[in-house]
Amino acid sequence: MNRHLLSINDLSRADFDSLLATAEKDFLELSQRDIKKVPTLRGRTIIDLFYEKSTRTSTSFELAGKRLSADVINVKADSSSAGKGESLKDTVLTLNAYRPDIIVARHPHVGAPAFMAAHTAAHVINAGDGMGEHPTQCLLDVFSLKQAYGDLRGLRVAIVGDILHSRVARSNIAGFQKMGMQVALVAPPGLLPRRAEALGAAIFHSLDELANVEVVYLLRMQKERHEGANFVPSLREYISHFCVGRRHLREGQRVLHPGPVNRGVEIENELADSSENLILQQVEAGLAVRMAVLYRIIIDSAAVAKETSGPRLTTRV
Amino acid sequence: MLIRGARVFDPARGLDAPRDVAIDRGRIASVAPAGSEDPSGDRVIEAAGRLLLPGFVDLHTHLRTPGREDEEDIASGTAAAAAGGYVGICAMPNTEPVVDNAAVLSSMLELAEASAAVSVAFLGAISRGQEGVHLSDMWDLAEAGAIAFSDDGRPVASAGLLSSAFRSAKLVGLPLSLHCEDRSLASPGVMNEGEVSARLGLAGMPAAAETGAVARDLEVAAYEEGRVHIAHVSCGRSLELIEAARAAGTRVTCEATPHHLLLDEEDAASLDANFKMNPPLRAARDREALVTALASGAIDCIATDHAPHAAQEKETPFEEAPFGVIGLETAFPVLYTGLVLTGKVSLEALVLAMSTRPAEAFGLPAPAIAAGGEANLCLVDVKEEFAIIPGSFRSKSRNTAFGGRRVKGRIMLTVAGGRVAHKESS
Repeated sequence: MNRHLLSINDLSRADFDSLLATAEKDFLELSQRDIKKVPTLRGRTIIDLFYEKSTRTSTSFELAGKRLSADVINVKADSSSAGKGESLKDTVLTLNAYRPDIIVARHPHVGAPAFMAAHTAAHVINAGDGMGEHPTQCLLDVFSLKQAYGDLRGLRVAIVGDILHSRVARSNIAGFQKMGMQVALVAPPGLLPRRAEALGAAIFHSLDELANVEVVYLLRMQKERHEGANFVPSLREYISHFCVGRRHLREGQRVLHPGPVNRGVEIENELADSSENLILQQVEAGLAVRMAVLYRIIIDSAAVAKETSGPRLTTRV
Repeated sequence: MLIRGARVFDPARGLDAPRDVAIDRGRIASVAPAGSEDPSGDRVIEAAGRLLLPGFVDLHTHLRTPGREDEEDIASGTAAAAAGGYVGICAMPNTEPVVDNAAVLSSMLELAEASAAVSVAFLGAISRGQEGVHLSDMWDLAEAGAIAFSDDGRPVASAGLLSSAFRSAKLVGLPLSLHCEDRSLASPGVMNEGEVSARLGLAGMPAAAETGAVARDLEVAAYEEGRVHIAHVSCGRSLELIEAARAAGTRVTCEATPHHLLLDEEDAASLDANFKMNPPLRAARDREALVTALASGAIDCIATDHAPHAAQEKETPFEEAPFGVIGLETAFPVLYTGLVLTGKVSLEALVLAMSTRPAEAFGLPAPAIAAGGEANLCLVDVKEEFAIIPGSFRSKSRNTAFGGRRVKGRIMLTVAGGRVAHKESS
């Protein structure tokens, strides 16, 4: 794979296959063991730099690094110098001086991980940039779907909900299509980006469309971005038209959700607890997939470095 | 019921001929050549020499209910509508409380069910409380039966809110009816800004307050690919903007009121508060442009903007009076007399603009004089001249701009929803 994982489009189909195979073969079973640790990245340094709240992504990246025996440092923006007004450039230059191997970055602004990549010799992994992308979420979703369905070619998925604000949707549309899936978007007009057809997926405004898909991918209603806006008339009306429950589903349909879940908003409480959803499988997959990403981003570039017989990580800013 | 020998005029169906129209259990049983029906039945209306039209539909009625039932209620407002030949009216939501949620709308629909003489449809508000900040419960309103959305009376100031409203309206497939007025230009005006206001020393409302808002609202509608209806167009320039938008593919319809088609700012110079309305009576050239546009079909609909006010509120100096006049009972006779009999507008253009096209603009069933359909029609005496006497109105209010005017075109009979809603005793 490439030096950095900034966008789902940085991954070729071969990268997908190799990452998913690595996650399944090498790392999925690790969690079942008593000793959940391998020495693969011993001596490597990973900095998780999070400028936004996160549970799943930050926990799983931290755990992934630790289980690979890397030294993992968590930097939260609110408790770091960034909170004192340090620019992103200076923060990255500072962290770069510790010669980390990987920086895992989450930031509220689109393109921030790419900006960081320009100012560090480390590999940068985008762990979510604003409303832009969330490539490791896409990988873990594809992984979960492969576990549930096997071959994904021709599988139809509806991504439902607050697509306007969703980095997950942007990564997943491209990623699902790369796997040969057919993607539909289901949302009220106000929760789709302008010119949503540019996303390359079919657009629908009703849950009726769920009848035509095998997979229902629910997005979190990003209520914090709705303050004072009028994307929908009211949350209550959104719920009455777009909250998905078991009554909208048919036998064999599976439901995914990137979390955190708003019970009673985009997903009915009962469905959130039902075996039809793969939400906890997604969380489990997240750990294995992120281990695979951390592993391969180091190994592949080491292989490239060997081929070109140049020294490893010599880039200087 | 048999209506015998009237000139049946239904331009949407290309019908203009003497016919016997039989109505049975609320539906039109037959439309047959005059003289062919057996006249011995028990309810025969001899109508030779009269005009039988598809009933009218008003897209812009203020029923003042809930909140100001002293000015109008559903029974009085719909009785007035029936007396004017209307078989359906659309009530604006600027009541107290505002129709901005399904509970208020449902209670109004129930009330209409119980007391309306003609069919009443309701518009829901665009914004909560018509305050122009948060969207109303647009989807709930649509589900409960709203046929369009409007903040009429309190024009949407924020283009952002308007844009959001178009997007939410799109989900439920309903149009927005927009009162186009930039209040920052129009306030504190009380009449058209022009020579008359200058002469009288009254604060004017410039045409640009309307045309600027029309231009912006059409731009936002085009941007959102929304369905937009421009309410009470009063300026010639607004019509040019609407035509340009229509030519560019925007789904726009528009309405003009009888008073803007027949009166102008010189009438307001009398300082009679019954010539005070918003938008105000404009310059003569604006009125002429509206008449030309009605004749050509560029104005889709006649709408009354029927706005009842208590007598004591209008019996004040012009500047103190509230805006608005009533119009349901006078619309057809004043337009027929002022525009059709003078040769300025064809009867066909008038009937299409009062019946077929307003129904189509808001997705309502269009009244038709055709066998099989529900009977929604009115019978008109086009011969006898009469004076408009406000004291005889069915409306609770009297604030007409046409009091005392001598006209032709009295509505003799209105059948709405298959039932006789109005019948002149004479």
